[in-house]
Amino acid sequence: MDPMKEVPMTVTVNGERHQLTVPPWETLIECLRDRLGLLGVKKSCEVQVCGACTVLLDDRPVSACTVLAFEARGTHVRTIEGLARGDDLHPVQAAFVEHGALQCGFCTPGMIMATVALLEENPTPTADQVKRYMRGNICRCTGYKRILEAILAASRQPGHAGPGDGR
Amino acid sequence: MAAEHLSVVGRSVPRLDAREKVTGEARYVSDLVLPGLVHAKLWRSPVPHARLLGVETSRAASAPGVLAVCTAADLPVARLYYGPAFRDQPILAHEEVRFAGEPVVAAVADTEAHAEAAVGLLEVRYEEQPAATSAELALASGAPLVHPQRERAGRFRDLAGLRPVPGTNVCHHFEYARGDRARAFAEADLVVDEVYRYPALSHHALEPHCAVARLDEDGLTVWTGTQHPFAVRKELAEIFDLPLARVQVVVPLVGGAFGGKCYTKIEPIAAALAARVGRPVRLALSLEESARTVTRHAVTVRLRTAVRRDGTLLARECDAVLDTGAYADIGPRVATKAGYRAPGPYRIPALRIEARCVYTHNVPAGAYRGYGVPQVTWASESQMDVLAERLGLDPLAFRLKNLLKRGEEYVAGDTPMDGDLAEGLQGTAQAVDWGAALGPGRGRGLAVAMKDGGGTHTVSSAVVRIHADGSVSLLAGTVEVGQGAQTVLAQIAAETLGVPFESVVVALPDTSLTPYDHGTSASRSTTVMGLAVQAAARDARLQLCALAADRLGADPAALDVRDGRVVHGAHSLTVAEVVRGHFGFVGGEVTGVGSFVPTTWSGTLGGATVFWETGMGAAEVEVDAETGAVRLRRYVSAADVGQAINPRECAAQDEGAAMQGLGPALFEARVGEAGQLLNPGLIDYRLPTFADLPDRLDTLLVENGDGPGPFGAKGVGESGTFCVAPAVGNALARAVGVRLTELPLTPERVWRALQAARGDGPPP
Repeated sequence: MDPMKEVPMTVTVNGERHQLTVPPWETLIECLRDRLGLLGVKKSCEVQVCGACTVLLDDRPVSACTVLAFEARGTHVRTIEGLARGDDLHPVQAAFVEHGALQCGFCTPGMIMATVALLEENPTPTADQVKRYMRGNICRCTGYKRILEAILAASRQPGHAGPGDGR
Repeated sequence: MAAEHLSVVGRSVPRLDAREKVTGEARYVSDLVLPGLVHAKLWRSPVPHARLLGVETSRAASAPGVLAVCTAADLPVARLYYGPAFRDQPILAHEEVRFAGEPVVAAVADTEAHAEAAVGLLEVRYEEQPAATSAELALASGAPLVHPQRERAGRFRDLAGLRPVPGTNVCHHFEYARGDRARAFAEADLVVDEVYRYPALSHHALEPHCAVARLDEDGLTVWTGTQHPFAVRKELAEIFDLPLARVQVVVPLVGGAFGGKCYTKIEPIAAALAARVGRPVRLALSLEESARTVTRHAVTVRLRTAVRRDGTLLARECDAVLDTGAYADIGPRVATKAGYRAPGPYRIPALRIEARCVYTHNVPAGAYRGYGVPQVTWASESQMDVLAERLGLDPLAFRLKNLLKRGEEYVAGDTPMDGDLAEGLQGTAQAVDWGAALGPGRGRGLAVAMKDGGGTHTVSSAVVRIHADGSVSLLAGTVEVGQGAQTVLAQIAAETLGVPFESVVVALPDTSLTPYDHGTSASRSTTVMGLAVQAAARDARLQLCALAADRLGADPAALDVRDGRVVHGAHSLTVAEVVRGHFGFVGGEVTGVGSFVPTTWSGTLGGATVFWETGMGAAEVEVDAETGAVRLRRYVSAADVGQAINPRECAAQDEGAAMQGLGPALFEARVGEAGQLLNPGLIDYRLPTFADLPDRLDTLLVENGDGPGPFGAKGVGESGTFCVAPAVGNALARAVGVRLTELPLTPERVWRALQAARGDGPPP
């Protein structure tokens, strides 16, 4: 394969199928933000530490900054934009609002997507399990306490995978 | 706790921006897209100090998509240099580079990738020069002078007293003295003299600096995540020789700031490039570039305290040295504030304080949550525990004996203490079970600190517009950096007007539309902007009552406004009916204006303190003697907020500040070597994560309604960062008997200290 040549790919994003032609070096975050206009995916550390760009790739949380767009071919990518159904917030989103689990909001989309992945994997985590799972999502504002409360509250909600989980 | 007569003030209403932030619809400057937008990237100096010999731009200029490649000489500006204290910083380095990472050449291209590729094709010739890469080196005799010439910016009243020391790298020397120190030290039963070190830190707001600029015949428009839109406007107006009215600075939501976005940062680069290429230019830094834009000052504090056997403080001497980097930024004010706050909130008859702000060939240091308080508090509150221990006194009792009482003066001429420090500290100690038994390897520590809150001699203005349908626009220049200011200001407006909270919409700062505000810093917005909003709302309410008086057949003074209705006895009209009734159909509105303009001019800082922002902290730690690892198990943070406008958001500010303060206590520091920053990014710069959250993190809000702000409020937001490091250090000392004077308290440092204490190994 010519490394400079753009390659065709198919990807489903928030339930919508896209046929794209991307350069092989394009990252998933560039593809989602610049190509598809999903600006809720936030760019921060660019080295897979902060988690601000967390999206779900076939239910697995990944940092979109260090995944190539081409690696997402044939997968279902879920972003923050696909969570709510119209005016109905996803239970995790609602819990973040109710518990005041955000300040500047820049980490919030990634934090919420990581939470969705956690709760899909483990619907009733303990506080320690939440702290361990969420280590890869940095928040500079809140000090995490209210995020932890929101996550535990959402985990007690029935059906926290939610009607609007983008599937 | 909300007073009964209040409807929305004192209630934890949801943030106005919560929904857009959880849905991903919130837009930050880094999300802005404009027609014809082009992108800039920077070539940065790889060395800390060099003479620039020349730049070979031709290969970069002819690369795909490139519109322009600019050095300082290519920028179409009236002034190349800017800065809030001294005009010492060039938009791009000119003839000389003064720190590793300084922007030297800019490339503008159709895409970020093309601009970045062009930067890689630049050839910059330079000749390295000897560098002063620490404050110690910069103060040594024969050190290279970072700035032989300095031009004062003359922008702020409190900076009129800048005192550079000619022929040295000291760009500002703050001094304060009182009392008979010689006698106090001679008569003291105990004197403790120690040097404490606090490292340079990176702000690492998750949204890196980003600015978008457009210049056309109407003037210059800059979208930026700044905390000081009006100060940036002023500097841009000078740089481009434009009237203020032709410079528009627009601030969308900001993805964290913490002082790192105070005053002008990258806006002049974006604006000068936009002027050069005739198209809107976006300059978005990486997080690592942001760490090369501004830092928190590394500070060395020598502190000497004299005390009587009964625990009475007699005298304190402080010599603080701040590494302000290659450009002064707001460093001189940080030095003044660090010095002014160094004695701590105590009654001390004799003082001598010096704080020197020192130019070095490091990344410029500027504002960071607390303006010097965390650095000097590490010294002063560590030393308070050393004094207590040597006197055989309980650290809590020792502090209580010396704390300023309500109404006592801290410094002659300044606002007397406006809160109850003892109440706060006792509550904090109680909340952490001070005095209760603990297992081995565990200890508790306390700290207390304060700052002159609200900013020195600063102005805020606001406009309240009541529309014909009863909805309300609030125009305020306060930046929403995450602190919840929009929500709190809307609560103040709604409460004052007597309309539902939901009817108030808050505009984002836009210097062409929102009235003047000094800036979003110094925990000042709730109090200072809050008073301006309250005044604007009162003005609008008076006008509304005047309009309603005729229709209700009543004296305006007899009218009340509540729940969106103007009420006279059993009769009432909705706000919409009053406005529409006066103007007819839908035309017209009621416009209220309000300002806070300080009138007093007194005190050592040159302006009476608006309120005292006090913070208390109590830590319980567990120390692993085998590894030296310190784990924070419990932390209690207390803040005196006067009256919480939104209690949940007040507590959230304090919690977030405390966890931010935990970083430099245990693991966070910029690591440099010969002027090179070795850990610019997050792989090797360790920030607090979820895993660092203590088992219990509690916040106490002291609410005595005694603040000067609306409804008795004081500011909050910075105080939670003040006490964490000394409280943890004091807890460590009480747990295992070793005391460290340099932050962070890493396992290696603690382990070495433990080894040395046991006599098992080399000293630390």
